[in-house]
Amino acid sequence: MARSTPERNAIRSLVWLLVIIVGLIAANGASVLFNNGQWTPKLALDLEGGTQIILAPQLASGDQVDQEQLEQAVSIIRQRVDAGGVSEAEINTQGGENIVVAIPGVPDPATIERIQSSAKLEFRPVLLADLASNQILDDPEATDEDSADGDETDEAATDDEAAEGETAEPTPSASPTDASDPAWITEELQREFDTFECSSLDVVGANVAPVDEPLVTCEADGSIKYILGPVEVEGEAIADARSGLIASSTGVTTNEFGVFIDFNEEGTAQFREVTERLVSLTGIRNQFAIVLDGRVISAPRTISAITDGSPQISGNFTQESAQVLADQLKFGALPLGFEVQSSENITATLGLSQLQSGIIAGLIGIALVIGYALIQYRALGGVIIASLVIAGIVTYLIITYLSNQQGYRLSLAGVAGLIISIGVIADSFIVYFERIRDELRDGRRLDGAVEAGWKRAFRTILISDVINFIAAAVLFVLAVGNVRGFAFTLGITTIVDLVIVALFTHPMMQLLGRTRFFGDGHPLSGLDPKALGAVYRGRAQFRQPQSVPAVKRASSSREAQRRQTIAERKAAEARGEGEDAR
Amino acid sequence: MSMLTRVGNDLYTGARSFDFVGKRVVWYSIGAAVIILAIAFTALRGGFVFGIEFRGGSEFRVTGSSAAIEGTAAATSIAVEAVDEVVTGANPRVSIVGGDSVRVQTEQLTPGETDELRAALADAYGVTQADVASSFIGATWGADITRQAVLALVVFLLFASVVMALYFRTWKMAVAAIVALFHDLIITTGVYGVLGLEITPAAVIGFLTILGYSLYDTVVVFDKVRENTSEDGVESRRTFAQSVNLAVNQTLVRSINTSVVAVLPTAAILFIGSLLLGAGTLRDIALALFIGTLVGTYSSIFLAAPLYVHLRENEPEVKKQGARQKAARPESGAVR
Repeated sequence: MARSTPERNAIRSLVWLLVIIVGLIAANGASVLFNNGQWTPKLALDLEGGTQIILAPQLASGDQVDQEQLEQAVSIIRQRVDAGGVSEAEINTQGGENIVVAIPGVPDPATIERIQSSAKLEFRPVLLADLASNQILDDPEATDEDSADGDETDEAATDDEAAEGETAEPTPSASPTDASDPAWITEELQREFDTFECSSLDVVGANVAPVDEPLVTCEADGSIKYILGPVEVEGEAIADARSGLIASSTGVTTNEFGVFIDFNEEGTAQFREVTERLVSLTGIRNQFAIVLDGRVISAPRTISAITDGSPQISGNFTQESAQVLADQLKFGALPLGFEVQSSENITATLGLSQLQSGIIAGLIGIALVIGYALIQYRALGGVIIASLVIAGIVTYLIITYLSNQQGYRLSLAGVAGLIISIGVIADSFIVYFERIRDELRDGRRLDGAVEAGWKRAFRTILISDVINFIAAAVLFVLAVGNVRGFAFTLGITTIVDLVIVALFTHPMMQLLGRTRFFGDGHPLSGLDPKALGAVYRGRAQFRQPQSVPAVKRASSSREAQRRQTIAERKAAEARGEGEDAR
Repeated sequence: MSMLTRVGNDLYTGARSFDFVGKRVVWYSIGAAVIILAIAFTALRGGFVFGIEFRGGSEFRVTGSSAAIEGTAAATSIAVEAVDEVVTGANPRVSIVGGDSVRVQTEQLTPGETDELRAALADAYGVTQADVASSFIGATWGADITRQAVLALVVFLLFASVVMALYFRTWKMAVAAIVALFHDLIITTGVYGVLGLEITPAAVIGFLTILGYSLYDTVVVFDKVRENTSEDGVESRRTFAQSVNLAVNQTLVRSINTSVVAVLPTAAILFIGSLLLGAGTLRDIALALFIGTLVGTYSSIFLAAPLYVHLRENEPEVKKQGARQKAARPESGAVR
């Protein structure tokens, strides 16, 4: 069986397409098996029902938020939403300056309010600490150090002192003289402290206090509860925070990770004052707590007074935990609040009806396109249908895969993008088929027409797909709101279009060109050369330039424009020869 | 074979030919007139009507209410009453969307008021609270969208121009295509302005997508133009304008087919969107695209190609070719 090259190429292309499809199915299967994936794409809130809140971070100074700050803001918001007990919330950045929070159902106003509030980082002296009830400490954690020399304490020490602190409870008498004064602990506060459950930290409002009041709160992991004095240094006073290896007093780098803070001028003065006082105190009151959003993220001991505004915190940090604390200090210190730009609540019934409408619209759209293709291209319409089906399968698999892997969610605008892309994809086939017809009109045999048509059509398809893709990409990167969903599906399908037209439609045409039905130009094939006004002239036949009868005309410039074209000559020639053949 | 195929044959061979390039003054005038009318009417109407996303405010949507089916008047009075209960003087805008749901727009409400109004509306329309969707859009949101949309437009035009200029190896094609694109954009938005349709973010998506489509269509035509004009070369028996005109004629069937195919799914969304859902994402995207696709097809043929000829006509090379043709074959005419 002598196979010609185009045929071999065609089969190779089809095999590649098969490999791609099988690969996508396998990738999806893998995420279903191992990653809790699904065989259907996840739906966005406008199709599923739920609430979408778009937040814009607000910096106090009116500065632009950079990407790093935005990421940190997302994690701050995630903590807050999780704290509200909302499950399955999706929080993403969008367009480089907004944060989109998608929550199933309707959130209570308190949750929204908390999401909006600015992150607050503050330093408060520890007045009293105790083990949280029913908690056993098994893993000592971060403690403190100072800039010059660094011994470390660990939380075991804190525990001892906590017990100590509780027994040696001072009786409040006069009004407190400084932030560390035990006089802050009133009987009422003591009662609150005694009954305080760290689990209630997640309840809104359980751990907020004005800056000049003491605060009852817990370690962020719920292990220790504290009574803290009034705020002494605000987070804004932190100029920078980073993590790194600690250098010993001799300047040799140790293997120990620590967190380094730089205060601004005001912070330096405040922090010096605090540490000068705390260093002279003993036990629990030697510690100060770093409080982020009402939780203690670290409560280091004061080893010496810090006068240069550059304290360092050491302890049992890993590289990662030091980094986390440094980030919390750096970004939590930003007075970053969030303004709700839009909040949209879609009921589940409305979402479902929109999804249904979208699907119905898609089906009608496909039916119309298929109908038109069959009328215009007869049997070739079958190739269009098959290509659309394959394109549909590939697109579906890609979207499902991205939904599993990247958390992509299909929105109503995304569905619109998919429907619109039916037209875009069908466009490519039309460009190609019309090209083949043009080549047939020029008198080529079908196999030749398929190859020549492909060369030219592919160029056109490529450039137009590039243009389309640029449009989609620009929309995706720059536009906000549901534009992205639309641009995303449009971009994906543009790429799918290229793949399908090259790996399916063209190979199919190459193979079909060998069949008698198409190759001989059956009237129903859509490629009937006679109907296309062309007649096969034979391979070796040359066309002589037809001499134009020199008919004198009072030619105006309009007449001149109607001078015969090459195609006209071809047509005349074809007509002449056609008559001969008959 | 269908009629279009036969027409296609004739157009391809040149047996039948429309003079797109020659009558360009007519097309330019039509384009300019439509643009002027669109702008004038929009201005007379007092500018564009912007959706709530641009104005800021709160919106409620009650689904599955029987009151909606009874008519706008009934639905409106119910809504006004319910809104009055919660906030006085809120002056709600009420409309029926998609047959059985009511859309109530008010000025911006606080979260508390929003909740109250949801309950009140559910009560008033006799549905459960789960059937009342609410959304709230801050006033700055619209400004955000607008800024981003304009930015997207500029960036896209830049990219697309560069790509086209590189691909076609002549900036004049890029210019012609971009002029046609603006024509499409102005006319499509003009339709919104003239009819007083609300411009929503979804409609803006539509406008921006037209950019892609309009160029796509022009590119298909220009690709053939380039082929014809470059193949002809020095040996050409046609003037430059004739080559372009033939290319446009030869791609006419293709243009019509691709446009029909592009419009069909859009029409389906438009139909379903308006019928089942009323104003909303689907309808707004589809409407803009529907108009844009049609206008885009028109402009590729009637504006972009003639404009390209216009731009090239005075180049010495092209002029020389035209002159040579005249000199060499002064008496030739159509032989048909």
